[in-house]
Amino acid sequence: MSVNVRIPTPLQRLTGGKGDVSSSGATVKEIIDQLESNYPGFKEKLYSEDGELRRFINIYINEEDIRFLDSDRSAVKDGDTISIIPAIAGGY
Amino acid sequence: MGFVNGLKCRECGKPYKVEPKYVCEECFGPLEVDYNYGEIRKSITKEKILSRPPNMWRYKELLPIEGEPAVKLSVGYTPLVHCKNLGRVWGMPNLYIKNDAVNHPTLSFKDRVVSTAISKAIEFGYDTVGCASTGNLANSVSAIAAHAGLKAVVLVPSDLEAGKIIGTQVYKPKLVKVFGNYDDVNRLCTEITSHYNIAFVNINIRVFYGDGSKSYGHEIAEQLGWKAPDQVIVPIAGSSLITKIYRAFKEFEMLGFIPEVKTRVFGAQAAGCSPVTTAVKEGKKNFKPQKPNTIARSIAIGNPADGYYGIKTINESGGWAEDVSDEEVVDGIKILAEHEGVFTETAGGVTVSVTKKLLDQKRLDPNAVTVMCITGNGLKTQEVLHGKVEEPPTIHPKLEEFQRIYK
Repeated sequence: MSVNVRIPTPLQRLTGGKGDVSSSGATVKEIIDQLESNYPGFKEKLYSEDGELRRFINIYINEEDIRFLDSDRSAVKDGDTISIIPAIAGGY
Repeated sequence: MGFVNGLKCRECGKPYKVEPKYVCEECFGPLEVDYNYGEIRKSITKEKILSRPPNMWRYKELLPIEGEPAVKLSVGYTPLVHCKNLGRVWGMPNLYIKNDAVNHPTLSFKDRVVSTAISKAIEFGYDTVGCASTGNLANSVSAIAAHAGLKAVVLVPSDLEAGKIIGTQVYKPKLVKVFGNYDDVNRLCTEITSHYNIAFVNINIRVFYGDGSKSYGHEIAEQLGWKAPDQVIVPIAGSSLITKIYRAFKEFEMLGFIPEVKTRVFGAQAAGCSPVTTAVKEGKKNFKPQKPNTIARSIAIGNPADGYYGIKTINESGGWAEDVSDEEVVDGIKILAEHEGVFTETAGGVTVSVTKKLLDQKRLDPNAVTVMCITGNGLKTQEVLHGKVEEPPTIHPKLEEFQRIYK
């Protein structure tokens, strides 16, 4: 399962400045594990010490926020795009 | 020594210099302005504030700008109105609204945050500003960019109310309608930010933008005769305003301008988009995102950036949160207009109806000084009242016809 992962600016230090990288795995978690082996230090940026995804990170499979799916256990398929986006937004 | 030390991460405390940066490289936490309150205390006094023109810049030491604002508009200092009529109906003798429906120049509280953000964008040397918006922000960014002579790029959900589209397009920004809801638009803007040199007011200069709304809280405290209200009801969308109002009261307390702050802060949302109120009512520390479905479009944010902090502010202050149906939103708009002569938009209808609901639930003390935050103008969202106001009779210009319908 090969997917494209969009890397936000703060994490591009780990990917050698690349904004898009490819990774593989059957779930979001497996994809992040794969990124960790390619870019050591990646995982601890996304997960807190208690093993939960950090509060201020949102992950999307294509257009869908994984909190509407099965969080980091959400299944991905070949050709999906995974976006990692800081949880900031506008409004009141 | 200036009034701002720099930026710092709200979560891990890592310091940064003043720059258009919004997220911590270490933990992804949001950054905030680190004010030098020691220096501020030496410079600002009540007398100084009172000697300045009635606009939000009278609190400039507490805003994240360098010296004088680059945007020279008279924003803020909107009326604090004692709601005697509605207060009588509800049995709340000390009920007020803070009326940003008449804010300058675009009739919503967004003018506060945008004039702060665009001042900062000019300081940083940007020639283009932008935003993701549910409408009010689009109006404000477009108008204030026009005033400041900057280019504007504005992205909105494609199904936004016609009034808000025209009220934006008239200032001639680059307006783009995006298929999807606000959260989709915002996500796109976040990605655009890393590819273009645009100051997105609610993204890469969000840190400065957000603090503009502190002035709303400063004004409430000043206008109440230098004290914080006992209860304040705030509409929640991205959940920033509610935290900044409370912060403003705390700043005034710290500077010795007002007595100890005992304000209980209440959050208001529409039932069709209620991630924060739901979390408060369920006793959760953080929210679960929702897909918005409500007529209260201006506050329909299912993934509120500051949701976590909004919940925290409500809980720490001893407040509560509620949400109301779309029908109640319309009732709220009408009851405020009929009793106080103020026509607010749907977000204001949310705030008014949530206040009544909290009163009925005995969560509010009816005798306490209570401020409802009215943040936008009803003329922008008239669609929601179609068929909800009485159809007027039509007569010929004859006295007997008038007598027949006017008893």
